[in-house]
Amino acid sequence: MNTMSPSIPAEADMRGKGAAVPVPEHKRKNTLMEDKPEDTVIEEGNTVGKPFTDNPKFKLRNVDVSYGADRAIKNISLDIGRNEVIAFIGPSGCGKSTFLRCLNRMNDSIEICRVKGSLELDGQNIYDSKRDVVELRARVGMVFQKPNPFPKSIYDNVAYGPRIHGLANRKSELDDIVENSLRKAGLWNEAKDRLDAMATGMSGGQQQRLCIARAIAVSPEVILMDEPCSALDPIATARVEELIAEMSESYTIVIVTHSMQQAARVSNRTAYFHMGHLVEVNETDTVFTSPQHPLTESYITGRFG
Amino acid sequence: MPNNKDQVYGDHISQRFNNELLELKTRFLEMGGLVEAQIGNAVQALTTNDSVLAEEVRAGDRGVDQMEIDIDEEAILIIARRQPAARDLRLVIAVIKMVADLERVGDEAKKIAKLALKLETEGQTSWGSVEIRHIGSHVQTMLHDSLDAFARLDPEQALTVMKEDKRVDEEYQAAARTLLTHMMEDARNISRCMSIMLVLRALERVGDHACNIAENVIFMVKGADVRHSSLEEAERVVGR
Repeated sequence: MNTMSPSIPAEADMRGKGAAVPVPEHKRKNTLMEDKPEDTVIEEGNTVGKPFTDNPKFKLRNVDVSYGADRAIKNISLDIGRNEVIAFIGPSGCGKSTFLRCLNRMNDSIEICRVKGSLELDGQNIYDSKRDVVELRARVGMVFQKPNPFPKSIYDNVAYGPRIHGLANRKSELDDIVENSLRKAGLWNEAKDRLDAMATGMSGGQQQRLCIARAIAVSPEVILMDEPCSALDPIATARVEELIAEMSESYTIVIVTHSMQQAARVSNRTAYFHMGHLVEVNETDTVFTSPQHPLTESYITGRFG
Repeated sequence: MPNNKDQVYGDHISQRFNNELLELKTRFLEMGGLVEAQIGNAVQALTTNDSVLAEEVRAGDRGVDQMEIDIDEEAILIIARRQPAARDLRLVIAVIKMVADLERVGDEAKKIAKLALKLETEGQTSWGSVEIRHIGSHVQTMLHDSLDAFARLDPEQALTVMKEDKRVDEEYQAAARTLLTHMMEDARNISRCMSIMLVLRALERVGDHACNIAENVIFMVKGADVRHSSLEEAERVVGR
């Protein structure tokens, strides 16, 4: 059992019963309003809400991630549904990005990182030693916090993935993929007349949409987004959010965000992480109106974080 | 700390957000106090034939209306500035709704005051005064308890207000039957009986508004909407 913070005792877990710690009877009446984050204890692997779905895209069970001696993810079990947008929220250092990066093995390059537990994509083990990681990442694409286009032309940025995966046999096929990807990313009108221009000359919002176009050019099934809008202005953010809504028809999207309003706007389900625990998973509408766990409530209402 | 109800809305990182929510709560309770006084004075003016007090109640409704506008504005600004979520969002939304109920209670008080002036010019009889006193004090208690439930965030007290509403409805029906008997006995009683009926109807509506406030308190505290659901359902929500 792990202590959430120095002020939170790690004794008996009362979650699921209203999440109250033992308090004198006369103080016990309205548990929902009276719980304080400090009073809350959390037990490993005990997530409130609905972490599981039928026929999930990702089936993740008892996932544990450590960096050397530090456990970053503590026994998390979660399903991610097909064509759903799920948002991971939580304070800095809660493990949400670490967990996201497990989904396409982006943690592999970190020497001291150890991933335990069962992680399946469409029923297949993601961490199988025989699995081709390049193929995995083609299926599970990623968009990062800062736009990171290659120092190449706009065209070459989008064409890069299809080229190395051999998705196009002719130039015309590649042209189609580039155009389609840019269209889906809402960038075609702005980019069509300057496909040979350097991508690094674009605005931040355009670069981020280019990165999304690059991610979808290899026809992934899942797109992981790690704070995709944190470096963008409100208009570019609105464009990317619109894009997420459109893309959710064809892709499964997992988005890590520090903006609670963004999670509320774009996602179907929201998962709240805290100190390496998965505290609550619920329909987004529930999380932002009547969260079940006092820690979730404290975080989304700006009481700590 | 759980005993200090201000802490429920007062522990944000942003102290200014804390102050805004507390201010909203305080203003709402101020308005509640004003409306309670309006109803109390209206009933008293009627039962004691006090036309001065009745005029005061009529004039006092302006203050109630202004408070409705001010509190709504404050609530809208909080939404615009803070994008409240969860319990904070429920507080702000509930206040917006409950303010409308309080304003309506204020209107009922004004209506009763007008009827008091009318009845005073028509001369004295004792009909209905027992019922008016009885139902009047009953709904005033309900209103007071619903505001108290809000101040203390007490869903159980809110539930008792909801239960009382049934009894007020029954008392109103019984009083209406009595007045109907008077009207059938002598057609000259009709005008006066109708006025008394309208007073009783206004008081019964006050009970309904108190009940709405109570439902909103349960929504605020428990996060579940108990409007248009049975008392058993509301009991289940409060008990969990």
